[in-house]
Amino acid sequence: MFRRTYVSVDALFDEAGRITPISLSLRGQRYGIDQVICHRQAAATKAGVQGMRYTIRIGEHETYLFQDEKQRWFVEEKENVRQIPGD
Amino acid sequence: MKTILHSDCNNFYASVECVYDPTLRDKPVAVCGDPAERHGIILAKNELAKKRGIKTGETIGSAREKCPELTLLPPCGERYVRFSRILRDMYAEYSSQVEPFGLDESWLAIDGGPQEGMELASTLRRRAREKLGITLSIGVSFNKIFAKLGSDMHKPDATTVISTENFREKVWPLPVGELLFIGRSAAQKLNAYGLRTIGDIARANQAALHDILGKNGDTLYDYAAGRDAAPVLALDQADDIKSVGNSTTPAFDIADSLDAQRVVYMLCDSVAERMRKQRVRCTTVTVWLRKTDLSGSTHQMKLPRPTDLSLELSLAALRLLRQVWTGQPLRSLGVQGSGLIFEDDRRIQLSALPDPPAQRAVLLEKTADQLHGRFGKSALFRAILLTGDQRKALQYAADSSLSAANMAAIHRREM
Repeated sequence: MFRRTYVSVDALFDEAGRITPISLSLRGQRYGIDQVICHRQAAATKAGVQGMRYTIRIGEHETYLFQDEKQRWFVEEKENVRQIPGD
Repeated sequence: MKTILHSDCNNFYASVECVYDPTLRDKPVAVCGDPAERHGIILAKNELAKKRGIKTGETIGSAREKCPELTLLPPCGERYVRFSRILRDMYAEYSSQVEPFGLDESWLAIDGGPQEGMELASTLRRRAREKLGITLSIGVSFNKIFAKLGSDMHKPDATTVISTENFREKVWPLPVGELLFIGRSAAQKLNAYGLRTIGDIARANQAALHDILGKNGDTLYDYAAGRDAAPVLALDQADDIKSVGNSTTPAFDIADSLDAQRVVYMLCDSVAERMRKQRVRCTTVTVWLRKTDLSGSTHQMKLPRPTDLSLELSLAALRLLRQVWTGQPLRSLGVQGSGLIFEDDRRIQLSALPDPPAQRAVLLEKTADQLHGRFGKSALFRAILLTGDQRKALQYAADSSLSAANMAAIHRREM
């Protein structure tokens, strides 16, 4: 079972209105986002909700970062398992 | 050459709810209205609930008997509207001719033949799964009617092609009730004359069909034979409104003329405000009634002049009601303005004579619009809605989009 873990995100808003997340904070730890590989509208099939899905890389770890229709950012995490990027 | 697609979201409301809560995917789920508000029917169900015999429109009690473990969810309109908008934007990437048919269905017209239609259908189904997590059934054909029949044929997540070569084999064996715009009563009428399949209609004598169903018989004759030539409207054409209406099923029966007046005034206030926002006036008013035994009737009258005023709509609707209502309790009531004329239409003839009461009504209602816009609906509302019956007062508040808290406060002060 997966859950939505909401995170705070620092993002760059350029003059064309494009949003590029540059870091996220999860359980008090800040992680720089090394690369935004792509982004598109997608359903979060594991934890639910539909929104903009960013495929990001933090170090060697590739994962999804979502922004829902209320502009909140979240990652999908397994319930009862702490998954920290880079572990 | 044009090919027409009809895209239908499978189990739309229930599917959207399962996107928001994936733990529901392996359970029978239905979206339903609120029984306390007398809206306790199934609005949508997922595939697992469908397999257990749950049907749209049946009561919650009946659904629970068939499937005690059924998960019931309230509807969340915002989500469905949002998903619908995302889908339409997606369709618009492929065609400027996109005609919505409700929140979950749309026709698209593209250049090319059935092969191009099939390829696009596959693309749309894949993108809907990835983008939204929902599935589509898509019909591909040479006219709108058969495209819609195609999307109904295989569910979920399928493409069905109905071509000029195969429509006799695929469409004609279907029961008459499957054809668009044939409801239960028309189907029964056709069956009584031995016309049971769509093929029977296509092979029937057109004059005989006209005798049975009037002008609609001529239309159905063409539909059945694949001669529907209606174009898929362009996006901006599809938005043209034909009528503005509102109806309500209150939590209590409408049992006396005072309750009926309150409901009519509320409905007409809403209809008139929306007409003014859209800069249209109506020339015909329609009232529809549903009794507690669920039988209903519809009544219409032409207005002496086009109007967008709640006062004139209300007076006409109440006059209609007095003519047709014999006083038995009503479960629901609706009012609609149709025969719309747009503000820049020269058919709106200004009277040569001054009409002070009408001018005062215009000023009052436009002022009310401004106050509502600035301070909310509770800033100004009809005194007739104040009643000693708390339950009715809250219902009127809900139907008028008034703040329930404000209504309660006014109540305590005035009663």
